This record gives sequence, C-alpha cells and structure tokens, in this order.
Amino acid sequence: MAEFQSYTMNFGPQHPAAHGVLRLVLEMDGEVVVRADPHVGLLHRATEKLAESKPYNQSIGYMDRLDYVSMMANEHGYVAAIEKLLGIQPPVRARYIRVMFDEITRILNHLLWLGCHGLDVGAMTIFLYCFRERENLMDCYEAVSGTRMHATYYRPGGVYRDLPDSMPTHLARAERKGDRDAAMDEGRDGSLLDFIEHFTQRFPARVDEYETLLTDNRIWKQRTVGIAVVPPERAINLGFTGPMLRGSGVEWDLRKKQPYAAYANMDFDIPVGVNGDCYDRYLVRMEELRQSNRIIRQCVDWLRANPGPVMLDDYKLAPPRRAEMKEKMESLIHHFKLFTEGYCVPEGEAYAAVEHPKGEFGVYLVSDGANKPFRVKIRAPGFAHLAAMDEMVRGHMLADVVATIGTMDIVFGEIDR
Amino acid sequence: MPPRLESMAQALRARFSGALRPRDSSCGELSYDLNAADLVATATALRDEEEFAFESLIDVCGVDYLGYGQAQWRTEQATGTGFSRAMERGRAAAVSAAGDAPPEAASGISTRFAGIYHLLSLRHNLRIRLRAFARGENPPLLPSVTGVWQAADWFEREAFDLFGIVFEGHGDLRRILTDYGFIGHPFRKDFPLSGKVELRYDESRRRVAYEPVSIEPRTLVPRVIRDDHRYRPELRAEPSAALEEGEEA
Repeated sequence: MAEFQSYTMNFGPQHPAAHGVLRLVLEMDGEVVVRADPHVGLLHRATEKLAESKPYNQSIGYMDRLDYVSMMANEHGYVAAIEKLLGIQPPVRARYIRVMFDEITRILNHLLWLGCHGLDVGAMTIFLYCFRERENLMDCYEAVSGTRMHATYYRPGGVYRDLPDSMPTHLARAERKGDRDAAMDEGRDGSLLDFIEHFTQRFPARVDEYETLLTDNRIWKQRTVGIAVVPPERAINLGFTGPMLRGSGVEWDLRKKQPYAAYANMDFDIPVGVNGDCYDRYLVRMEELRQSNRIIRQCVDWLRANPGPVMLDDYKLAPPRRAEMKEKMESLIHHFKLFTEGYCVPEGEAYAAVEHPKGEFGVYLVSDGANKPFRVKIRAPGFAHLAAMDEMVRGHMLADVVATIGTMDIVFGEIDR
Repeated sequence: MPPRLESMAQALRARFSGALRPRDSSCGELSYDLNAADLVATATALRDEEEFAFESLIDVCGVDYLGYGQAQWRTEQATGTGFSRAMERGRAAAVSAAGDAPPEAASGISTRFAGIYHLLSLRHNLRIRLRAFARGENPPLLPSVTGVWQAADWFEREAFDLFGIVFEGHGDLRRILTDYGFIGHPFRKDFPLSGKVELRYDESRRRVAYEPVSIEPRTLVPRVIRDDHRYRPELRAEPSAALEEGEEA
C-alpha cells in the first residue's frame, strides 16, 4: 500500500458538523491539519443587492434571514442605520422593547449554539435541553409578531406594535386532541410580560442544569481546553468581535462601550475570558446567558411601569391607525404612499452597529436621497471569524476542526448573505 | 459633534493634513477621503500611532457609484405635466447600460469604484471611515491592506468578487461568495438583478445547462428622489425637538 505524506480532504458542505453549507478543504498530514481553506458562498442570496432594489422598509424581512437564529438583532442593526440617516429616535418604550427582544434573541442564539456545539463534540443531551427553553422564547416572538422566527418586528421609528395583553395558550389545540397537559400552559395565563417574567425566574436554574452537564465534564474539557487559542492582539487584528473577542480577554462590548437603544440604563456585567480557547469562549457565552436574563428582567419591570407609544407619530414613516384610515383621506393617502413608494432618506451615509449575539453586526448605508438605498453593506461578525479558520486550526487534529467550527458560532445566512 | 470626536478630528488634521480630506457627515461620524496611493502608509500610521490606535479593521466594502443620484421618476414637473409612467418596459436595462458612467478623470482615478474602510479603535472607543477611489476602471485597482490588518483578507476577496476591484498585494485574491466559474461581478450597478444566466437540467444532454436568463428585468417600485422641505435641510424646521424629550424618561 502506498504511503501518504499529506493529502487533501473535503469536509462538507453536506456534513452535519459543517453547520449548514460550509465546505472546508483541509490539507492533512496524517490527522494533523496543515492548512484549512473554507469555501463559502453556497448560501449567497445577494441580500445587499436585493435591498438596493426595494424601498427601505421592504428589506427588513431580509434581515431576519441573515443570521436566522438571531433574527431581531439583525433587524436592529438595519433599522438603526436607517434611523441614523433619517435623524430620528424611536420612542423610549420602543427602545426598551428592543433591548428586551435583543436579549431574548441573544438567549435564543446562545442556546442554539450551545446545543449544536455540544452535539458536534458528542454531548447529545444538552441539545434537547436547549431546545426546550428555545421553544418558550419562540412563543414570545410569535406573540408579538405572529411568526416564530422571521418577525419583521422592528421598524424605523419604533416597533410594529405594542406587547400583547394575553399570551396564546395550548388549550385549544390540546382540547381538540384531548390531551391537555397543564404544564404546557404554565405561565401563560397572563400577559406576554408575565410570561417573560415567569421565564426569567425559571431560566437561571436551567443554565445551572446545562452547566452540570458540561462545565466540569471531563470529555467536554478534553475537547475544548487549549483548542484554537487566539491571543488578544491576534483577535483584534483578525477583526474578531463579540464573545470571540471577549473569550481572548479583551473587554469590549458595544452595549457598554457605545450604548444604543436603552442599554445605558441597564445594569449588567461583561464576562471576559483568560486563555482565549474554546472552553473560555464557552464560559463567556454561558455567563452571557445569565446576564441577558438579568437585562430582560429589568426591561420587564420598566415596561410594566411605563406604558406609552411604541412608534413615532409620523405618518411619513409609520402607517396611520387603521380606524383613521377608514375615515380620513389624508391617512389613506399616507398609508398608500408608505406601502408603495416608501419614504426618501436624505443623502448621506451611515454605519450603525449593534452587539449581535455573535459579535458586531453593522450595516453601512449609502443613500443618494432616493426611496431605496444606493448601497447596503452588511458587516456580518461570522464572516471575520470564519476567515480566521486557517489560523485557528493549523496544527490541530481533525476532530478539533469540528470543535472550532462550534466555538465560532457559525451561521451561513449571515456569512454568505 | 461630541468633543471626543472633535479632538480626534483635530489630531487627524494635524497628523495627516494632506492625505486625509474630511467629508461631510450628517450623522456625526468621522469620514475621510484619501488617495489610493496613500492608503497603506496612512493605514499603518493609523494602526500603530498611539493617539489613533485603530487596531481593528471592522469592514471593507466596495461601492459602485454608477447612477448615483439618478431617479427613475421625475417628480418636480408633475404638477404641470402629470406623472409619467415611471419605468417603461425595457428602459430599465437601457438606463443602466447606457454608459451614463461618470467620466473617468484625467488623472486615471476612477469616479465609479471606491473602497470603503471602517476602522475601530478599541482604546479610544472611536470609529472612522476611509474612502479611496480606485485607480483605473478596467480593472479598478486598490492597494491591499492585508499587511496591516489580517481581517482585510476575506473582505477584499469579497469586494473583488462582487465589484471586480483588484487589490494589489493581496496574496490570495480568489472569488469568495459567487459560484465556482462565475462570470462577471454581480454587485456592479450595470449587472442585472436577475443575473445573466440561468441553469436547468438538460434531459437530452444529461447534464446541467447554462442559458441566458429568460425573465425580463422589471421594476416594481421606481426609484424616486423627492426634494421637498422634508428632505432639504435648509427648508426644514427644527429637527424633531419633540422627540428629544423622550430621552430623559
């Protein structure tokens, strides 16, 4: 049999650990990676070009489909860029709602990351645990927007509508099927805020539960400690942001450093890693789960106490109330113009960034004064992270490549755009 | 402009008086134009010098300025003549392919393709944006900043793929987002939204066949630029003072 010195291996795009459609071309020396060349773009949909052909508001739905596990955080980046160009600020209640849903989104994202990362390196149970909690948060999405994932809830000038007074229950479905389980409707007898509060009370114990499965688990630590170490100066030079940067010990979080929405009024801590390996990034994200829970709790309290408008009262940007539309000619015209032509944004350019669960999600808008953007550039955090793949896995074993993909929290919707 | 930005703007003016030309920004961002020839030297200085310390390159993107500021629907004369049909069939393609590109300046600097660089200084908690117009148009050329920030690697590959901007000195300038064997640069403004080829499985030849697209490009909503008082700052009253009150709540 011939002796192989080094050989090239194709990993993905149809591989369960490739998180979607990553194709990795690996040059291997035995089981050691010599060079990794990720091929991306298999999910490229030209979101930016599509957005250039539509009025501003019609692209919000595309943003959900970028990073499809943290939908509202993407919307926030896009909407914030439009608001910056228009020179408007949403009402304060809308800003608190945005913060609350950004953090719900962060938990959604981190739970999916945790489940998949665990699954990738062989921990099956954690995946099922994570999806149990995700389901509750998806219901919150559904309660405010009508859809479980692609919400299109944030709009320039606020959010689409106020939080609902009642939470949908499983009752009707269960009665039809005759298997009503009271546990399924736990916490659903009040408003959406009651349900979210109920969730925040349960959630810290659930995070403890996840940690008992992994944090001191010998196999988990063998697979993550000392793997894909990135020193802080390299992390900065490679354009890392979010938990990838904080895992390397750099204290940087846009929510603290460049507060937007209502983050300036929130009390929370930023976890930072020490060694910059997969395990530290895991610890950082676990702590972020707890901190997000804290922020949600503060938002619930504030939102209970402070009713008010959630959308600007400007019919050039927001649709008029339906009742008005039935009676007033002006309102009807406003509605028609807004949904056909949209609004013109003053000439100029703006870059708005939010602390997305994966890092810095930025939207760069160039407007020439038209009702459609001239250029939209979406700065996806995962794109910069995946670009560092080669540097992170060089000299590691093949199995560590899987752990590295997991730790990067890769989602191809945002990388390929 | 907040004082922190103001002092950074001053420092930049003092250090790079000739190289960086400030641009108007309505949104309170630091934004500069610079010549492509100065890009690498300026970038290195911005990264290394203590008072700037832009250690992180957040984003690089290309922009194609073809057709900038052109509307498809003239609204000024509407009162006198009534509205025209905004987009006549076939005109969409004609408008974009008619070669209404801004003329290339005598200096060989493109007025069409530019690279936009977003830098972030973690130490000073500041961002700046640089814009460099490419040299030439066939192909547009820009120097690569991969030597300054490793992060530029994939961002430059993306700009090359989508706009055809060639980054000189980039070690591995391959296509990144489009398909293997793709022809053209899809984000250029003269590249149709529906693309140029479609593919189907050809039963008789027993393989995938590429053919010119069969759908006609169409515009559902015309591009409109309105310039009444809402969009002309000099005609605008105080900017939304009522909204600022919400701040304190």
